[in-house]
Amino acid sequence: MNYLTTLMLLPILGAVLIALLPKSQGLFAKYAALVTTILVAVLTVVMAREFIRDSTDLQFVESYDWIKSFGIKFAVGIDGIALVLILMSVILTPIVILAGWNESEGGRWSVKTFYILILILEAMVIGVFAASDVFLFYVFFEAMLIPVYFLIGGYGSGARTAAAVKFLIYSLFGGLLMLASIIGLYVISGQQGDHTFDLQTLSTLQISSTTQNLLFLGFFIAFAIKAPLFPFHTWLPDAAAAGTPGTSVLLLGILDKVGTFGMIRYCLTLFPDATKTFTPVIIVFSVISILYGAFLAIGARDIKRLIAYTSISHFGFITLGIFAMTTQGHSGATLYMFNHGFSTAALFLVAGWMISRRGSSTISDFGGLQRITPVMAWSFFLAGMSSLALPGLSSFVSEFLVLVGTYTRYPAAAIIATFGIVLAALYILIPVQKALHGPTSPGNENLSDLNLREKIAIAPVMAAIVFLGFYPAPLLNVINPIAQHTIAQLGFTDPVPTNGGK
Amino acid sequence: MFNTNSLVYLIGLPLFGATFLLLAGRKVDKWGHILATVLSGSAFIVGVDQFFQMANRAPEDRAITQVLFSWINVGTFNVDAALLLDQLSICFVLLITGVGTLIHIYSIAYMSHDENRRRFFAYLNLFIAAMLLLVLGNSYLNLYVGWEGVGLASYLLIGFWNQKPAYATASKKAFIANRVGDMGLSLAIMIAFATLGTVSFAGVAEKSHTASQGALTAIGIMLLVAATGKSAQFPLQAWLGDAMAGPTPVSALIHAATMVTAGVYLIVRSNFIFDAAPTAQLLVVIIGAITLMFGAIIGTAKDDIKKALAASTMSQIGYMVLASGLGPVGYAFAIMHLLTHGFFKAGMFLGAGSVMHGMDDEVNMRKFGGIRLFMPITFVTFGLGYLAILGVPPFAGFYSKDKIIETAFYSGGIKGILIGSVALLGAGITAFYMSRLMILTFMGTPRYTEDKNPHESSFLILLPMAILAIGSVASGFLLSHGNALVNWLSPLFEMTEETENEIMPPIVISSLALVFVAAGFALAWKMYARSAVSNTAPTDVSIFTKAARRDLFQDDFNEAVFMRPGQLLTKTLVSTDELLVDGTVRGIGKAAIGSGNLLRTTQTGFVRSYAALILIGAISLIAAIWVVTQ
Repeated sequence: MNYLTTLMLLPILGAVLIALLPKSQGLFAKYAALVTTILVAVLTVVMAREFIRDSTDLQFVESYDWIKSFGIKFAVGIDGIALVLILMSVILTPIVILAGWNESEGGRWSVKTFYILILILEAMVIGVFAASDVFLFYVFFEAMLIPVYFLIGGYGSGARTAAAVKFLIYSLFGGLLMLASIIGLYVISGQQGDHTFDLQTLSTLQISSTTQNLLFLGFFIAFAIKAPLFPFHTWLPDAAAAGTPGTSVLLLGILDKVGTFGMIRYCLTLFPDATKTFTPVIIVFSVISILYGAFLAIGARDIKRLIAYTSISHFGFITLGIFAMTTQGHSGATLYMFNHGFSTAALFLVAGWMISRRGSSTISDFGGLQRITPVMAWSFFLAGMSSLALPGLSSFVSEFLVLVGTYTRYPAAAIIATFGIVLAALYILIPVQKALHGPTSPGNENLSDLNLREKIAIAPVMAAIVFLGFYPAPLLNVINPIAQHTIAQLGFTDPVPTNGGK
Repeated sequence: MFNTNSLVYLIGLPLFGATFLLLAGRKVDKWGHILATVLSGSAFIVGVDQFFQMANRAPEDRAITQVLFSWINVGTFNVDAALLLDQLSICFVLLITGVGTLIHIYSIAYMSHDENRRRFFAYLNLFIAAMLLLVLGNSYLNLYVGWEGVGLASYLLIGFWNQKPAYATASKKAFIANRVGDMGLSLAIMIAFATLGTVSFAGVAEKSHTASQGALTAIGIMLLVAATGKSAQFPLQAWLGDAMAGPTPVSALIHAATMVTAGVYLIVRSNFIFDAAPTAQLLVVIIGAITLMFGAIIGTAKDDIKKALAASTMSQIGYMVLASGLGPVGYAFAIMHLLTHGFFKAGMFLGAGSVMHGMDDEVNMRKFGGIRLFMPITFVTFGLGYLAILGVPPFAGFYSKDKIIETAFYSGGIKGILIGSVALLGAGITAFYMSRLMILTFMGTPRYTEDKNPHESSFLILLPMAILAIGSVASGFLLSHGNALVNWLSPLFEMTEETENEIMPPIVISSLALVFVAAGFALAWKMYARSAVSNTAPTDVSIFTKAARRDLFQDDFNEAVFMRPGQLLTKTLVSTDELLVDGTVRGIGKAAIGSGNLLRTTQTGFVRSYAALILIGAISLIAAIWVVTQ
């Protein structure tokens, strides 16, 4: 079975079906989108069961000629990292739809358009993680922007248009740099053989170090904007604050991972020498991101912006793990991507429910929710604990792996990054105290607690956060082989115990 | 009765209780507290059974390990979820589940009027489970889960009445101070893995012989940082006084008998590190000595009965930390004092709760006085704990504290004389502030207003106090009789050759200690029993009293050095990010695009501008490829 193309076609089919509906059939569109995305999730799980864990080759490979004259193929295939990220994406999508059941109403366009956009986005996300042709990856990378742009600009709140445009300009700028690099690669491939965009072939090219450095930067800056890394981050808080909570989950939880995924899949594979050249700089920027994002989160007054800033801090951990070039750092970073998707989803969805009930996203407008809406308050608290990486929850495993993996090669960076765990306690406990504790402040007395639909949406996220905290093996078993392989390809071996120099 | 698999029940029973009570919600309000108490009691029975099984085995076979599953396995970083029950952890298991169950029983009555009693018991069960994991984990990383787990439970319980903003702030403060300590634990684990390649206790112990002094010192210092956070030792002690915002049974269980002693456990558990890292070990002694004085001095000036007891806890844990820094001879005495303290301090906290119960939650001792007449049982049980903490023979503290003072003096040289003297002086100050507390509360004539109606508490409150009082009387003798605890624990430590540093015989030290205690008592008697006590705190006091009342400026220090600069930094970064980082990028964008039309996009221009962008993108893409392929 051609799993990957089927997985991409399913949501497109769903989108077409919804497009054919009359505008008045909003509710039907919701159910159609929900059923479609659940089917995609189920099919992905079926595919995952056939995945061969110990193999580091791409699996479920498919390849079709697309634009023959340019050597462009529609080629897909996934390794363990891509599998984990696709799993995360397809599990989160139906949860987002269910959680934000009413987000689609009151937008610039109709309800059904909202779900068409979501389904198209899902197809493209699967495509971007599965592409093994660099040009195809680029197409998905850019095309992904379209539905997100319309989701923010059409259904968001506040300064949604400005935020959507800012998001688009940033992304297009990064995309242009990447395009230049891709074309550069294409030219070089022509000089050393046939013109091609095939990732495998491109990774065997001999490229002079100056050229490699330039091409690397083209890719890396595009990914650093997407991830986002300091100082390319300022679009994220605006976009996350303007989008609907569901959109922000898709944006922070899924789309931004394309940045860190791209670093592993493209920067490291295509430009091993340039990677080594830039590693020290990237480590520094990762550490800055961790602390900088955390401080901004501590100072944030708006709950959506706060979550966006925490993500900047978390992405700092992910890039730190990737470029530490140890098995622990690399596996930890990939696991971090998955876990961050779930804990950010939990935070953003619950925050969204709080905001829609209260009619405000300013933290100080809330107060005493623990006694008014206990289930909602507890959900927010648990999501917060996951964000600060409490041991026993999934994010702890990934964060600690990143730290320990970094320490063995860059102890100073790891030590500074460890301050992030104290700052995390502050940026979570401050909003927890303001919003959930204290006396009930005016305007909060009559808020309603989570309804059944919302409980059903949040339960699997919470369950995953707790379960994977105690038993991360199902994911680590898939991630480890490819992480080890990537490190080895770059010529790194894990540092051996030093005995402190004795 | 149980096989080794029952280790998992120790943690599993209370963990189930916590999860069930939290998920089941109001439906189980009627009997939730009973379930939690039964589960805690069952864990105690499992613990007792394990203890007898262990005692029946030969010393070298006593430790058992149970691997549950492979938790994290990445490259050479392999950590099992595994439990280790040995002579050290069984002491804690019995203390945690034993005292824990008594406090569950006490809380049934104490919290009976609270509409959230079920939630309270859920947190208590969560605490028991996490604390058991802390002492049963077989590696530093397993310990870490319990370590932050108890921190979470403590946070939830300090903030149990977090509708009061001050209580919510107290809980946050405790969590953050603990996180600073946890940073130390994180780094210790990272250094251990980077230098030794393992994070299990057995692995680190085995490899510690091959490691350099520098690495071991670094690990030791980081572990000490962790211990100062959890055990409220200098300089991370400031949270403990505020933690008294929690309901009194919580103060007894978590902030006196068990959780705050986890730092001592960590140091004793890591004996193989500290034995080989003298610098770190010396720091342990210094931190312990500073804190024991620090807490004692604060204790002399507190009028809030719970805060006075909290200062005392800080000071007594200082004794334990000091002892644990004295090497193999000190470890067993640190644990012995930890156990006896668990009895008498928990007992006194429960007694304070009983007094508060009878006095409409009043905590100001200046508004007590003469309560012994109305609460005779509380008075007697509290009094036995008081005699124990003073170190009056034959009560528990006499055996455990005397041994610490003795070991301190015998540790040799100037250091021995210095820390021995500090420990001795601390005993005198302890006698002063505890006598002050005792006199102000129970003796003299009433100073409370007439609307107060002091009355003895109910049976369920008195029973745990009575049992703990028995412990305050007998535990010291039982643990030290025939060197019972020392011999029990000795297989775990690498005993070095006894170096005789007896600068004076034990009997002289004991006598000296009693002289100091008597002096402390006499001073308190003179100040508070022989002269009239005002029911408001006098304001014309010396600078020393003022300093002690302000907790020796610990909060002022933290605010000036960490909080305000931190807030300033945050503010600066927030505005920098808006103006400079975002502004620069916006500026570049405007300059690049020209007139900045795109940024001025209006509602109507929304789709149009997008289409224009796509068009530009597509044209440049096609053009680029066309150029390349020519």
